[in-house]
Amino acid sequence: MSTNTESDVGKGNSVHPGKPVMVDRYTGGARINHWITAGSLVLLALSGLSLFHPRLFFLSALFGGGQLVRAIHPWIGVVLFFSFLGLFLRFWKLNLWKREDGTWLARVRDVLTAHDERLPEVGKYNAGQKLVFWSMSILIIVLITSGVVIWDEYFAAYTTIEQKRWAVLVHSIAAILAISVWITHVYAAIWVKGTIRGMVRGSVTGGWAWRYHRKWLRELVAKPPAKDEKRTAAE
Amino acid sequence: MTNSWTDIKNTDLVIIMGGNAAEAHPCGFKWVTEAKANRGAKLIVVDPRFTRSASVADLYAPIRQGTDIAFLLGMINYCIQNDKVQWDYVKAFTNASYIVKDGFAYKDGLFTGYDEAKRDYDKSTWDYVIGPDGYAVVDDTLANPRCVWNLLKEHVSVYTPEMVERICGTPKDKFLKVVEMVSECSSPTKVMTSMYALGWTQHSKGSQNIRAMAMLQLILGNIGMRGGGMNALRGHSNIQGLTDVGLMSNLLPGYLTIPNEKEVDFETYMSTRGFKPLRPNQMSYWQNYRKFFVSFQKAMWGTAATPQNDFAYDWLPKLDVSGYDILRALELMGQGKMTGYLCQGFNPLLAAPNRKKVTDSLSKLKFLVTMDPLDTETSRFWENHGEFNDVDSSQIQTEVIQLPATCFAEDEGSLTNSSRWLQWHWPGGTPPGEAKTDNWIMAQIHVRLKELYRKEGGKFPDPIVNLDWAYADPNEPTAEELAKEINGKALTTVYDTADPTKVLAEAGKLLPGFAALRDDGSTTCGCWIYSGCFNEKGNNMARRDTSDPDETGAYSKWTFSWPANRRILYNRASADLNGKPWDPSRKIIEWDGTKWSGYDVPDIVPTAKPGEVGPFIMNPEGVSRLFTRGMMRDGPFPAHYEPFESPLGNLVAPNVRGNPAARVFKGDFEQFAEPASEEFPYAATSYRLTEHFHYWTKHVHTNAVLQPEFFVEISEELAAEKGITKGGWVHVWSKRGSVEAKAVVTKRIKPLICDGKPVHVIGIPLHWGFTGVARKGFGPNSLTPFVGDANIETPEYKAFLVNIEPIAGPVA
Amino acid sequence: MFPPVPNPSTGPQSPKFGEQDLMRRSASNVTPPAERQTEVAKLIDVSKCIGCKACQAACIEWNDTHPEIEENVGVYENPHDLTPDMFTLMRFTEWENPETNNLEWLIRKDGCMHCEDPGCLKACPAPGAIVQYSNGVVDFVHENCIGCGYCIKGCPFNIPRISQVDHTAYKCTLCSDRIAVGQGPACAKACPTQAIVYGTKEEMKKHAEGRITDLKSRGFANAGLYDPPGVGGTHVMYVLHHADKPEIYAGLPNNPTISPIVEAWKGMTKYAGLAVMGVAAVTGFLHYMVNGPNRVSEEDEEAAERLTGDRSS
Repeated sequence: MSTNTESDVGKGNSVHPGKPVMVDRYTGGARINHWITAGSLVLLALSGLSLFHPRLFFLSALFGGGQLVRAIHPWIGVVLFFSFLGLFLRFWKLNLWKREDGTWLARVRDVLTAHDERLPEVGKYNAGQKLVFWSMSILIIVLITSGVVIWDEYFAAYTTIEQKRWAVLVHSIAAILAISVWITHVYAAIWVKGTIRGMVRGSVTGGWAWRYHRKWLRELVAKPPAKDEKRTAAE
Repeated sequence: MTNSWTDIKNTDLVIIMGGNAAEAHPCGFKWVTEAKANRGAKLIVVDPRFTRSASVADLYAPIRQGTDIAFLLGMINYCIQNDKVQWDYVKAFTNASYIVKDGFAYKDGLFTGYDEAKRDYDKSTWDYVIGPDGYAVVDDTLANPRCVWNLLKEHVSVYTPEMVERICGTPKDKFLKVVEMVSECSSPTKVMTSMYALGWTQHSKGSQNIRAMAMLQLILGNIGMRGGGMNALRGHSNIQGLTDVGLMSNLLPGYLTIPNEKEVDFETYMSTRGFKPLRPNQMSYWQNYRKFFVSFQKAMWGTAATPQNDFAYDWLPKLDVSGYDILRALELMGQGKMTGYLCQGFNPLLAAPNRKKVTDSLSKLKFLVTMDPLDTETSRFWENHGEFNDVDSSQIQTEVIQLPATCFAEDEGSLTNSSRWLQWHWPGGTPPGEAKTDNWIMAQIHVRLKELYRKEGGKFPDPIVNLDWAYADPNEPTAEELAKEINGKALTTVYDTADPTKVLAEAGKLLPGFAALRDDGSTTCGCWIYSGCFNEKGNNMARRDTSDPDETGAYSKWTFSWPANRRILYNRASADLNGKPWDPSRKIIEWDGTKWSGYDVPDIVPTAKPGEVGPFIMNPEGVSRLFTRGMMRDGPFPAHYEPFESPLGNLVAPNVRGNPAARVFKGDFEQFAEPASEEFPYAATSYRLTEHFHYWTKHVHTNAVLQPEFFVEISEELAAEKGITKGGWVHVWSKRGSVEAKAVVTKRIKPLICDGKPVHVIGIPLHWGFTGVARKGFGPNSLTPFVGDANIETPEYKAFLVNIEPIAGPVA
Repeated sequence: MFPPVPNPSTGPQSPKFGEQDLMRRSASNVTPPAERQTEVAKLIDVSKCIGCKACQAACIEWNDTHPEIEENVGVYENPHDLTPDMFTLMRFTEWENPETNNLEWLIRKDGCMHCEDPGCLKACPAPGAIVQYSNGVVDFVHENCIGCGYCIKGCPFNIPRISQVDHTAYKCTLCSDRIAVGQGPACAKACPTQAIVYGTKEEMKKHAEGRITDLKSRGFANAGLYDPPGVGGTHVMYVLHHADKPEIYAGLPNNPTISPIVEAWKGMTKYAGLAVMGVAAVTGFLHYMVNGPNRVSEEDEEAAERLTGDRSS
């Protein structure tokens, strides 16, 4: 396809013929970025949950106690925000909604029953992944905004108590949703074998790409190889 | 106080005028809330500002500062016009019926005998007509036009409610509401108490402010009554003690007076202190003056005071002027005539008026010794603190010696409170650093001076080298030793004069009270009115028995109340001519046919028959005075005089400026703003805030937190007119100086309409200076005029003129 | 005079209440004691208060706090607000009574109300940081406090303040340490006019009745007791001359309750949130159990090889 650009397939993504075929899916930078995000999200979830429900307060021990949770949680939030911002800038174009995404979503029953052959060919991301991406984007904006409002150590003076009450309610609801989205995201990665490798080692097998992101694979194959294409970690 | 703090709970009506009890006396104010809560008593507050007292008052009336006499005489006029007079009381217990000399008159604001050059009166006409029997002539029918009552009636007639409104700016309806409530207390069973403080004393006619209310209280029959009286709320825990023991330049302890230079010998001195009764049968207790005086001299000089040397009369200083008050002292320092200053527990740099003049005066001293627990501004007057004390240290040669002293909580002794209670206290802490008790410091000065005089002689060593100093440790007399000396002791056995077989005090023993004092040198007594405070029964000041039979509020076993443990002065006046209480529910003492007895120590000889002996035993008349004869410098009746700096001319006497008898030093008149000055259009007043105590507590973190920074208070109207914002900076200046302050813009100050024109009031609290932990600031004394009350020279802090402008911030 | 709390003996004595009297403990379940202690209360009679700030000074001294020396900002409130070092504050309002045209200077001592239903405790996530004793005292336990500021959101009266020094929340304790040994709160002890009195809640209500009768006799027809039922009543109560409009007293809330937002957050959200997350996790688990993993097949790999082979050839 002549209209192919890097952002359609993903930066640094390329195909390495062989047996099996290997496809570079994530650059080292993208993976580091992802895992920082993932790590901070987990830490945020654990620390946040410790303050969310008394039954979960024991989680605060992981951080050295409630005082440290209170002090650290917002800073991890800041890390998450900027880290996710990195992911967002990397991937927002790849997550734009395409015509086939509607079809894919309409056949969610086939998705869940692993009848991938009945699904339309999708690009680097399928509709489910895009939903995760966009909902996380929105939730993280909501979380950072409401989080700043209730970050009393530095920002207590800037809002009213009533605004803080709303903020803390919104923050907790958004966090629940974010954690739920995260569970879905993690589950999908576990369920679809070969996925985690993509984020760990940067590459997936050709078969994986064929099965789940065939359009992406086709586009990669059609892409003229870059002259100075970097060797990826997958090699 | 004639009564006591605890007695205020017995009142029906509290009038707070010339004070702000809730603000300045919050602990004593509890008795007002008690009276309100338990008796349904009402509270009236009359003040230029809506004060903290006003916040809990039933009725508030505004008044322009310095016009209290017009208001008070307006109330007296109302009572007379509306027959709201406790007639039986007035006729029997006041001098209403006494006939005044023909020459006496009041015209155009002046009484007979005024000498403009001297700013003083020839008071010879201010007296009663004395009959051939040597007694004052009276007319019990009050028909004689020259009787005190009729003169008073005439004198106050100009102070109609309309005139009160014009002068005071008090709306007529508010004034009438006040006076209606007040006049109800002319009933023998309704009693009003007057609570006042520096709001009345700090005027050029302060004494007359108080006289005017005392007269009203007499007309209402409220003196001597439970829940009544004239109650001066003293500004320090021991300021009552200060006056009692005579820490005034013209007084000896117990309100004896220092001789003047014309009283060259003891008999001349005593010749004007005979206090012959002016009516038959009267006690005229000052007839015992010689006993008090001689006993005092014996306490001072012991065996060196003998009948042969007139009990060392010659060793007392003799005054060449009426007194060496602080204003005169500063004036003399400024003139270079007073070159040394021992400043003990006083901070004149902030407490005396016209700070610039104070600084100039202190700068001319050779030496200044301060004795204080705190690092006062006075002891640092020479130090430059930027705009807060802008002096050129290099030009000041005064040698300043700071002696750190203990504070009241670190030493033992007694404090005399407003109730006249001598309350013993014990140290609650250890003095910090090198701090020493005042007793130690004074003893050292004395002992070392004495030694110098012994060694080197001198012009007049006798009073010093002969001073009796028989203390166990001459270097530091104990509080107990001093208290016993004040109480007095018998040098030889003292017998009862009525019954010579009865011993009042064995030789060497402490005296039971001042009734045992003798004028032959057989007794000593440091302060006769305190006698009985520490006698053979022990230290009565240390008593802490809270029993109070029938809850009269007397608490007669709590500490010691002078005189003679009496709780209510003039308590004989609480009973009628038959000796029965005017109000049986307010019984204090009662005549049972042979003697007086009751809850309190009778303020009369217990066997003095009612109807014969008058209740005001200190007066030769035996009654109280609505007309004070020649006892006050500025008139036998109070009259309205404007403050020396006033936004208005005198409406009742247009030609009189200020109090005509008040002393003004040369050069100070020029430093007063003209009446109705355009340059200084605003009426300022100074006051204290409850968060602080004078200039002390700015050294205390907690108090500094509660009121951190100097400010002035103005009305919303003036703020709008001048573009001043809440919390913004302002520059306030008078003809003598200027200050910079934060502005508190408040509804609690409103412009007053006086004689048709608006008068803006500016309130200036006084707690800040340049030492301590609170923010640096100024005191109102940077602005106030150098003039005092005509009688006692208390500076006129409560009424002066200033101008005000908003500024960006303090000039660095 | 309301009989003042007598001075305690100087000998050692055991506290009158403690752990065994806890009715509520933040983020914890406690079994309330079978028998409740007599409820105590502090009554603040605004009509007797002269605004002298002795209560503030006593509070500073007893609690040994060290508030900052601020500046004057044109008002009498100093410090300007409650702080972690100032647990009580006189608030001054200049109110012109439209009925009488008279100025009234309303002075209210602000501080913790010790609610029967304490919003701070409800909001608190740290186990045992906020406790409520059966006598009604709501106290902060600083060693358990994490400084999150949730109590501020929970409080209907805007009372707790977080210290920037030790990052824990502070407020009036009702002098729990003093009353535990039979003394009254420091502020009540210092109050010169008995505008603050302390005793059992019943005594306080009775005392208030007398005060209200007195105020009514002075023309304050709406005088009354402020013991807001929306928070189950309080253990600090006010006598107000204008009980019909508490808001004129520097914004004292009219019928305060724990904010419905806080109730939603600490109520439904808490349970629903756990449920949602739990359901998500369980759904995944079940899905895996039912469907097994989704694997790439040999055919897929071959297809990929074919595709890339096309390109590379």
